[in-house]
Amino acid sequence: MATVADLTQGQKGIIKDFAEHVLPIKLLELGCLPGNRIELIQVAPLNDPIYINLSGSHIAIRRSLAELIELDIIEENQAL
Amino acid sequence: MSKNINVALIGNPNTGKTSVFNQLTGLKQKVGNYPGITVEKKEGICKLPRGVKAHILDLPGTYSLNTTSLDESLVVELLLNKNDKDYPDVAVVISDVENLKRNLFLFTQIKDLKIPTILVINMADRMSRKGISLDIEAMEKKLDTKIALVSTRKRQGIDRVKELIADHKNLSSAPNVDAKRISPEYFERLQKTFPNEDLYKLWLVITQDVNFMPIEKKRIEDATSFATKSKEELKKLQHKETVLRYQFINNTLKETYKVDFQAAKGLRGSLDRILTHKIFGYLIFFVILLTIFQAIFDWSSYPMDFIDEQFAMASEWIKNTLPPGVFTDLLSEGIIAGIGGIVIFIPQIAFLFLFISLLEESGYMSRVVFLMDRLMRPFGLSGKSIVPLISGTACAIPAVMATRTIENWKERLITILVTPFTTCSARLPVYLILIALVIPKGTILGLSFQALTLMLLYLIGFGMAIFSAMVLNKILKIKSRSLFMVEMPTYRLPLLKNVAYTVLEKTKSFVFGAGKIILAISIVLWFLGSNGYSEDFKNAEQIVNDRIEQEGLSTYSKNYIQNNIDAYRENALAEGIAPEVIQDSIQSMTHYLRERAEAQEIASYKLEHSYIGRAGKAFEPVVKPLGYDWKIGIAVLTSFAAREVFVGTLATIYSVGSDEEETIKTRMAAELDSSGRPLFNLASGISLMLFYAFAMQCMSTLAIVKRETNSWKWPLFQLGFMSVFAYLVALIAYQILI
Ligand SMILES: Nc1nc2c(ncn2[C@@H]2O[C@H](COP(=O)(O)OP(=O)(O)O)[C@@H](O)[C@H]2O)c(=O)[nH]1
Ligand SMILES: [Mg+2]
Repeated sequence: MATVADLTQGQKGIIKDFAEHVLPIKLLELGCLPGNRIELIQVAPLNDPIYINLSGSHIAIRRSLAELIELDIIEENQAL
Repeated sequence: MSKNINVALIGNPNTGKTSVFNQLTGLKQKVGNYPGITVEKKEGICKLPRGVKAHILDLPGTYSLNTTSLDESLVVELLLNKNDKDYPDVAVVISDVENLKRNLFLFTQIKDLKIPTILVINMADRMSRKGISLDIEAMEKKLDTKIALVSTRKRQGIDRVKELIADHKNLSSAPNVDAKRISPEYFERLQKTFPNEDLYKLWLVITQDVNFMPIEKKRIEDATSFATKSKEELKKLQHKETVLRYQFINNTLKETYKVDFQAAKGLRGSLDRILTHKIFGYLIFFVILLTIFQAIFDWSSYPMDFIDEQFAMASEWIKNTLPPGVFTDLLSEGIIAGIGGIVIFIPQIAFLFLFISLLEESGYMSRVVFLMDRLMRPFGLSGKSIVPLISGTACAIPAVMATRTIENWKERLITILVTPFTTCSARLPVYLILIALVIPKGTILGLSFQALTLMLLYLIGFGMAIFSAMVLNKILKIKSRSLFMVEMPTYRLPLLKNVAYTVLEKTKSFVFGAGKIILAISIVLWFLGSNGYSEDFKNAEQIVNDRIEQEGLSTYSKNYIQNNIDAYRENALAEGIAPEVIQDSIQSMTHYLRERAEAQEIASYKLEHSYIGRAGKAFEPVVKPLGYDWKIGIAVLTSFAAREVFVGTLATIYSVGSDEEETIKTRMAAELDSSGRPLFNLASGISLMLFYAFAMQCMSTLAIVKRETNSWKWPLFQLGFMSVFAYLVALIAYQILI
């Protein structure tokens, strides 16, 4: 199962349905909801944290949290 | 006069609340604290059309009404409490046009509390760059509100905001999302139990983990006809609420908000690639830090020297102008000397806050957090600890408050505990004066020893902070789940007005905050230093004159005369004055200096037998092993109120009874220890610097730590641990160097 932690720089994904209780409400409010897009912008020098564009919000989160967000990776060739 | 309209500015962090606030209120603003907690409270008055006035409140940034921090719960508390004197007649939600979707989340929540709400869409100047177009009218209809499109940077739209505020009676207060839709069955039951309460308000009270309204929360939990849901279930419902709100927002924006990605351009991508680069990222950060330190030490020395001289002159002027007497003495010796010790900080504090606010305003600080997080974690710290550790170089008080953004309690606690080790500006005058006294002037590789020493002291402070964090990380057994999240704002050119206000406001509060303590201490010290009860004190003049007749002037006085003459000669030669003229002047100078030296000997004899002299002598055995005499001992002791008191205390002690214009530095240079060597020598100087580097000498910081950790345990731990450690290090250093 792919998660945000598996994205490579510049790759995008669409958030999958997830069990409600795993993610903090804060993240949901920023738009981390099923169907929304996540793009990985940059990984910090020591591989952690991860800087993402979460449906328009630019935030950095730690790898441990990123591993909880499941998504379908959009392959380059099918991207818009 | 009718009552002012109460306006609350609410919004996500970084949307421009403070900028809007500054434009609405200008300089008619005041910054205080909320009672009992140290969240900054910014309020001001704004003149509206037709002679109406509004009271504007700038609330802390929050992403939603679901709170996770003290700052945020404050917003919720205010919005839920109709009896609060600041309860808004109208809420102004500030949003950023680039993040409108997310910003509207908070907007809908506030709207649902049935508070009349205006939407400000800020940063309008960025729309064309980002290819954004809005249909304001349609959006107003969908959101059932009035919208002002604003650019504080271009000073556009503020008048419309004022008009809307003045017209607040015409705003609709209907909700956006019907709370019942979250869970019809559950809300039905709630409504039955509390027929008179607003449903969404009840919902917030139930879901918020803050105990801001114990009575109401208890009432709900006590209601027997109705069982509150489990945490899990509540969370599920909150999730549902989030989805519902986004549905509403997406629906609203679908037709009213368009982004043309082709037209969008921005610096973000390319700047981020450089600023968070594996190597350049750290390099740039390092260079920025170096620049800041350079500014603080080098550039600010000019205004500081100037201030120093002004105060010496003011003191002299008062002595010469006012009739001699107790009051004049108090003014010139106690108060002016004390205040001088604080005013001299202004340039450095101002520089520091200037840089910190530039870094924050530009959006760079978040990148530093991003870069540093992984590096800091092994020490039990978070990337967000960097901000407190850097602002700690200005003052530990705002730094400890800045830890609030750290979500993980253990990381936050460790940051709070170690931040006071960083070299705050209050240590600076102590360091600067000691370095000037005991560190030789030479250079190595073009860097002066003195500057290197200072840098070393900063590194020691920082190193100690990191080291003790590591130890605490091992010792403290605290489990806490960490949600680490930093917003990476777009890069922006800082608004000068914002920066200027921050610098002004922080400097002011520093000067007045510390000023009060210093003033009080100087007055007390002065009193204790110029009064005594013993026979020795009363007959000081007689005793000293007799002694001078028999034994001549003390070594100290001889040195004092010699130093002054040497200094004069050096200056005169440099100015190219003829040697014969110099010789003549020196002759008359010697006579005059001798008289002064005699007066000083009397004064210092008096001081030694005054109340403070007695107390100091009693305390001397404790500090003697560190190489300090009783005067330094007193200065160290009073520094436990605040470090910067050190120089002021010495200034007050030394100037009691002396009647001349000279800087505190020359005075300290002339002090001798019992064996006739300079009192401030390399060993005692370094011992003192190390003591100040490590000791917890700041009552205000202790008070803040108490508030932020909500217990006396941690500040007392800090006080004990840091001070004992400081004493031991100072002791070892002195004993090795002597
Ligand atoms: N381009 C642009 N930047 C703005 C505008 N208003 C504020 N800013 C910038 O946005 C950042 C955050 O502003 P601030 O007032 O501190 O936001 P607050 O955190 O909501 O109080 C600062 O860097 C401001 O300079 C605006 O109208 N246009
Ligand atoms: Mg602000």
